[in-house]
Amino acid sequence: MEKYLYIALFAPLVSSLFSLLFTATPKKLFTGIVASLLIITSLISSSILLTHILETGEPIHVTMMTWMQTGGLYIPFGFLVDQVSVTMMMVVTLVSSVVHVYAIGYMDHDKGFNRFFAWLSAFVFSMMILVMSDNYAGLFIGWEGVGLCSWGLIGFWFHKESATWAANEAFIMNRIADLGMLIGLFLIYWNTGTLQYDGAFAAFHQLPTATLTWIGIFLFIGAMGKSAQFPLHTWLADAMEGPTPVSALIHAATMVTAGVYLVIRSHELYSLIPHVGLFIASLGTFVALFAASMALVNRDMKRVIAYSTLSQLGYMFAAAGLGAYWVALFHLMAHAGFKALLFLGAGNVMHAMKDELDPFKMGGLKKVMKWTWIMMVIGSLALAGVIPFAGFFSKDTILEAAYSGNHMVIYGVLLFTAGLTAFYSFRLVALIFHGEERYKLFGVHPHEAYRFMLVAMSPLLLVAIVVGILQTPFFDMVEEVLNGHEYHIEHTLALIMLVGTQLFVGLAILYAYVKYANSKIKVPDGTSKIENSFAYKLLINQYYIPYAYEEYIVKPYRELSEFFWQKIDVKVVDATVDGIASIIYNTGEKTRDMQSGNLSTMLRWMVVGLIILLSLAVIFGFTVKYSGV
Amino acid sequence: MEIGLNHYLVLSTILFAIGLVGVMRRKNLLLLFFATEILLNAVNIAFAAISHYYGDMTGQMFAFFIIAVAASEVAVGLGLLIVWYKRHGSIDLDVLTTMKG
Repeated sequence: MEKYLYIALFAPLVSSLFSLLFTATPKKLFTGIVASLLIITSLISSSILLTHILETGEPIHVTMMTWMQTGGLYIPFGFLVDQVSVTMMMVVTLVSSVVHVYAIGYMDHDKGFNRFFAWLSAFVFSMMILVMSDNYAGLFIGWEGVGLCSWGLIGFWFHKESATWAANEAFIMNRIADLGMLIGLFLIYWNTGTLQYDGAFAAFHQLPTATLTWIGIFLFIGAMGKSAQFPLHTWLADAMEGPTPVSALIHAATMVTAGVYLVIRSHELYSLIPHVGLFIASLGTFVALFAASMALVNRDMKRVIAYSTLSQLGYMFAAAGLGAYWVALFHLMAHAGFKALLFLGAGNVMHAMKDELDPFKMGGLKKVMKWTWIMMVIGSLALAGVIPFAGFFSKDTILEAAYSGNHMVIYGVLLFTAGLTAFYSFRLVALIFHGEERYKLFGVHPHEAYRFMLVAMSPLLLVAIVVGILQTPFFDMVEEVLNGHEYHIEHTLALIMLVGTQLFVGLAILYAYVKYANSKIKVPDGTSKIENSFAYKLLINQYYIPYAYEEYIVKPYRELSEFFWQKIDVKVVDATVDGIASIIYNTGEKTRDMQSGNLSTMLRWMVVGLIILLSLAVIFGFTVKYSGV
Repeated sequence: MEIGLNHYLVLSTILFAIGLVGVMRRKNLLLLFFATEILLNAVNIAFAAISHYYGDMTGQMFAFFIIAVAASEVAVGLGLLIVWYKRHGSIDLDVLTTMKG
């Protein structure tokens, strides 16, 4: 089995290195094909590992080599495939296989075709390191690796100013959070003397609650950055500057869920500190509502989906914070499937509409893009949590977990958010695929995507439809690791809740269709009443948070930097260095006259030197004589 | 007044000073050799006097060495000087600046 572990882990690396060879050359189709095949190899190996885990229930734990060993510090490159990490491996490799194949079509005309696959596979490798490591140090390597690849892929079209800006924003925000994560790791090592999961978890039981609370908080700060939780959420929406397959893979399905994975992986820590857990759940609930509200009005297709990702991450954190780790993992898995599907569908629409992102300028695309329409509708149904699609099972269980934990506020907010989710998802579908064909005003001729791209998306479609049925087998698999328990609410009550939720979601969908699928929708020009209302302005400007960051953090920081540059650096540091250099230079300039080549002059200098040395000798002699030594 | 060690040392110092000034001021290579001889002999005087004062023959022995070295040095130096004069027709130090950087 170790063989398959190494294949699953290193196939993406080989893929990345292979594509890397061709980054400086024009587009070569085979880099995409080879990369996809290698990622699919990784998927197959992960599936074999999954069947092994399912059959035997035995985790596979290998230590490849020692990374560092000094004094009491021992960190190996060790890998652990257990029920949790194998789930993540399946999610990562499945979505990345789909995205790799899809990207062959999507990046068809792009000059950076080979470079794209190098970055994308490098990302998969980092993500595999992240989920497979058996210690926090390895997890952190993967954590930074995915951050780097995310930077490279958001800024993939680096000739666009906005793309490089977004890439840097994402990188810097993650760096801020990673500091918290690092402090958390230091605290773990400081208090337990190890970074191995098993050793650290065993040692946590002996630690005082205060210490555990700090560890939990700092680790969660790291998770907040990677999973774009408030207040570090602004980067995720801006990250949509990257190519759409990147958004599907990194900013929907895998990397942003790394924070949730961290909390799930550290569940032995968080179950010891339920108060921190409650904070996580509250923040997650808040983010779920907060992000959903911003998605209601946004006029950028990809940003709407990005906000819904943010909102769903909030759901996951709510579940994880309430101790329902397996539910969080299940929602993560289901979400990865349907959200990647939605993004890839959005990618098809973008391709058809010549990179137009405003759904108000589309409309009626159902006729020309039937398959994309079907996929996006199913993806949206799954996202909205309509029975029997994937999102229903996972999201409903989160609601049940909140309800049976007697967290009524969390339950209420999450329920309300579910309605919002349904509304904005179908607002998007209605605007893009139904109603008048507004795109004709802009002179574009949409066409369906390549057939192989649609075929490539079909596994995700399958996930979005059937994953819900796997809930009980999934629970049976992970309960051993996550100590979960199923949530049972009294039967009639559960039925009422189910019907109520479905009715609410259904009404939200209906409302979205009624409002946005009619022929009266026009491209907004900023004159309508709703566009001038306060609430609309607040939401479309993302609660003015990016503005506030720009105004109160970026600008003062810039001013401070300029002060340090012009006053401290130029006038003090540079001046000192330049001064020393010019002293030496001027001394040389002055003293070169000594080297005139004239014997007479040289002899005179020799006499001067002699006199100086003699004087020094005399002075030194007297000093020694009278100092009384 | 008896002539003692100090007189010799003063003489030696005076001669050394004269030699040093000569080394610094003279522009003629030949006279530079003279000045060098004066320097060396000033040191010889000091060696001989101190050797006599302490009754130790090492100083006088050293003076002989210096005389021998000085003689050979002058022989070589004069040889070079004559060659130089034949080539350039001058032994003025200010002209002798081929090593100028």
